[in-house]
Amino acid sequence: MLSSVQRLGQWGLARFERLGRANIFLARVLLALPGLLLRPLLVIKEVYSSGVLSLVIIVVSGTFVGMVLGLQGYVTLVKFGAEESLGVVVALSLARELGPVVTALLFAGRAGSALTAEIGLMKATEQLSGMEMMAVDPLKRVVAPRFLGGVIAMPFLAAIFGAVGVLGGYVVGVGLLGVDAGAFWSQMQAQVDLYEDVLNGVIKSVAFGFVAAWIAVYEGYDAVPTSEGVSLATTRTVVHTSLAVLGLDFVLTALMFGNV
Amino acid sequence: MSTRSIEIWVGIFVAAGFAALFMLAMKVSNLTTLASNEGYTVFGDFQNIGGLKVRSPVKASGVLVGRVSAIEYDPKKFEARVSMRLDESQRFFPVDTSASIYTAGLLGEQYISLDPGAEEEVLKDGDTIEYTQSAMILEQLVGKFLVNMSNK
Repeated sequence: MLSSVQRLGQWGLARFERLGRANIFLARVLLALPGLLLRPLLVIKEVYSSGVLSLVIIVVSGTFVGMVLGLQGYVTLVKFGAEESLGVVVALSLARELGPVVTALLFAGRAGSALTAEIGLMKATEQLSGMEMMAVDPLKRVVAPRFLGGVIAMPFLAAIFGAVGVLGGYVVGVGLLGVDAGAFWSQMQAQVDLYEDVLNGVIKSVAFGFVAAWIAVYEGYDAVPTSEGVSLATTRTVVHTSLAVLGLDFVLTALMFGNV
Repeated sequence: MSTRSIEIWVGIFVAAGFAALFMLAMKVSNLTTLASNEGYTVFGDFQNIGGLKVRSPVKASGVLVGRVSAIEYDPKKFEARVSMRLDESQRFFPVDTSASIYTAGLLGEQYISLDPGAEEEVLKDGDTIEYTQSAMILEQLVGKFLVNMSNK
């Protein structure tokens, strides 16, 4: 009986310790960021690998999410004779929720896991220790650029996802289902607010990018340096990022739109 | 891959991101329909504003001429005091203009409709519109209708 309580305590303390390490790690990464101003090329390379290389999956899924929203929204709205509001439904759901959230989930799967695996493998093959031996701080040289690259890439990806999704909804709504094009855009412009909806969506995507990049680099840096440990860390990155993004999304939504 | 092509791709990526943001701002949201800061504010006291909200449209003959900028409750008159920000280009409403709260469509949003009067003098910044008509509340209408029916 007591030993099981002890095991619970051990487990809790281990979680807590991990959380603490993650926060100290974040503080060290943030402190290393100003040094990157001298070497922007490192960051550009990381924006390339987490941003540009994620473009295909973001554009394709954005288009299809927008098209599905157009179809589903139309089926519901036509019951109320309000199919002209289709543009509003598509744009609001993309700008407020789906753009940032789905992009963050895809980002975790596409770029976050790659970051974790890369850093974890560098640790497992003792490249990080090698750098330390050469008096190169791996936090500054390896981790900080990857973190910043992810943080920069994420809002752009979310914006592209939203824009492409609206176009997808337009193609289905106007092209396929025959909603009036003028009403589609004008209702959308009348109902979607720049600050309330679009800007809050951008803020969300920045927050998600921060969390996703943080978890990805931390899991990689903290991975058990074996092939099994790296694979576990990669899995954890995707799971934890998804959970964190969904939870954070609720908190942010409640803060932003809760007082309407 | 060479550094040059990486930089070019990142440049394209960032440009696409900004273009997407620009499209969301210009094409999707109401940035283009936002009235510029130039304009003037007039007030109206309503007994009941119904579902009117800040940023609800103010229209004249169905044309958008401004937006509701603030709504507060006047504790002395026991009425709602609505501030309307009208466009700079719409400085020709006579002082005896009347303001009514209507609903766009059966379930649509509520808006203020301005009906110009006949005076020579025009409304200035800070003026109050005297003739106002409150929002129609569906329950009140149904109530009146039922009373009329039972009186017959």
